[in-house]
Amino acid sequence: MTMPYYVAPEQVMKDRAEYAQKGIARGRSLVATTYDQGIVIVADNPSRSLHKISEIYDRIAFAGVGKYNEFDQLRVSGIRHADTKGYAYSREDVEARSLANLYAQYLGQVFTHEMKPLEVEILVAELGNDLRPPQLYHIAYEGTITDEDRFAVLGGETEAIVVALDEAWSLSWTLPEALQAAVGALAGADRTLGADDLEVAVLAEGNGRRSFRRLVDDQLAALLG
Amino acid sequence: MSLPLFTTTDDPGPDFAGLIRRLRVPTHPLIGATPTAPAEGFRHGTTVVALRYADGVVMAGDRRATEGHAIAHRSMEKVFPADRFSAVAIAGAAGPAVEMVRLFQTQLEHYEKVEGAVLSLEGKANQLGQMVREHLPMAMQGLAVVPLFAGYDLARRTGRIFTYDVTGGHYEESEYNATGSGGRDARTTIKLGYRDGLARDDAVELAIQSLYEAADEDSATGGPDLIRGIYPLVATVTSEGFTSVDEVEVAERFAALIERRRTEGRQP
Repeated sequence: MTMPYYVAPEQVMKDRAEYAQKGIARGRSLVATTYDQGIVIVADNPSRSLHKISEIYDRIAFAGVGKYNEFDQLRVSGIRHADTKGYAYSREDVEARSLANLYAQYLGQVFTHEMKPLEVEILVAELGNDLRPPQLYHIAYEGTITDEDRFAVLGGETEAIVVALDEAWSLSWTLPEALQAAVGALAGADRTLGADDLEVAVLAEGNGRRSFRRLVDDQLAALLG
Repeated sequence: MSLPLFTTTDDPGPDFAGLIRRLRVPTHPLIGATPTAPAEGFRHGTTVVALRYADGVVMAGDRRATEGHAIAHRSMEKVFPADRFSAVAIAGAAGPAVEMVRLFQTQLEHYEKVEGAVLSLEGKANQLGQMVREHLPMAMQGLAVVPLFAGYDLARRTGRIFTYDVTGGHYEESEYNATGSGGRDARTTIKLGYRDGLARDDAVELAIQSLYEAADEDSATGGPDLIRGIYPLVATVTSEGFTSVDEVEVAERFAALIERRRTEGRQP
């Protein structure tokens, strides 16, 4: 007969964190940064149909790294939350902060109470307006939420990318500048990433009410220079 | 509000109407109520038209809302973009009609975001048909909503028009149609001027003429309001998407139409 044995809570949490981190580190990284006209999100993702970046609402985008089925479920629930809120109240009442909080609470809940934590790291980006600056909410697998107003890096091995972007980042850089720096940081020293290896989307003014737009093919290649 | 999460076997998918029903967001409080005599004192929508032309479709609608014999609103909008490549116009009880449009717009966008793909034009037309059908109990109480749906079919590269009846039945029109209390007059006007492959300007002109004639014959249809500067709404949907025709252009066309009638010595 097996005996129930005692495991210290610290150990449980440490094991879960390690498990989630390993899962996330298996995937590729993702970068989001503000630029003079909006926010650009760049993922190291060669797939044309399994997206890591997508539209949530008029001025809000979602991005995730880690286990696809897990962050995709979060993506869809975010769209549901935003559309329901916009329908029940008004479109301008939908904001990223409350959605980011909901994600954080859910991830935290799963991390502490479920057997298996979610192996994901997600980003909720919101285009700024006259009243508030652009915002990047970075939510980790255990529900830790950080808000960035410059750039965010998601994934396993991020230190080198953060250092590279920290050096390059500038408040007034244009889309090609921001994009090229992000791609350079993602690729690292010994790789180059072309348009076919990347999934890129922007939240920008001038796209009409829905500010989310994917950059693909020739358009992306031209911006990459 | 909490994060709307569902188990995989119990997921509403890309259906927004189904989602808000599950989340108990109030939509149609009258659905399921026993049909009674038609309610009095609600606002009625009026004449909307759609016609195909060379590049796509033109859609137009007057601005008047009535409550019985009184004018309830002078600048109501009855032509809306449904999404980038389609437009919806409404006739019938204003409250439920506007609500239906809002639900329809959200539904199309919701589907597009969740699925990562846009519904086909046929799919959009069917969706609207289901909404009209669900509205039938209210229609039986006198609060009918009869939309007109038109869009640019990106797969077939042509404009298409769908009309509806209160039961949700929908029918594709090969040339043009109009609905609402002044629909008959508008339809006759279009019939007299319609040709296959009209140019954009001729199609807009014909839509404007048809609303002018409808307003002339039907008390519940508003004509151009020259004093307040309120004009019918006109929009086109082409391969470039939904575009509202500028109000200045609409005003000029109405002014020219009236001037023409006057100089020709015809009845206005």
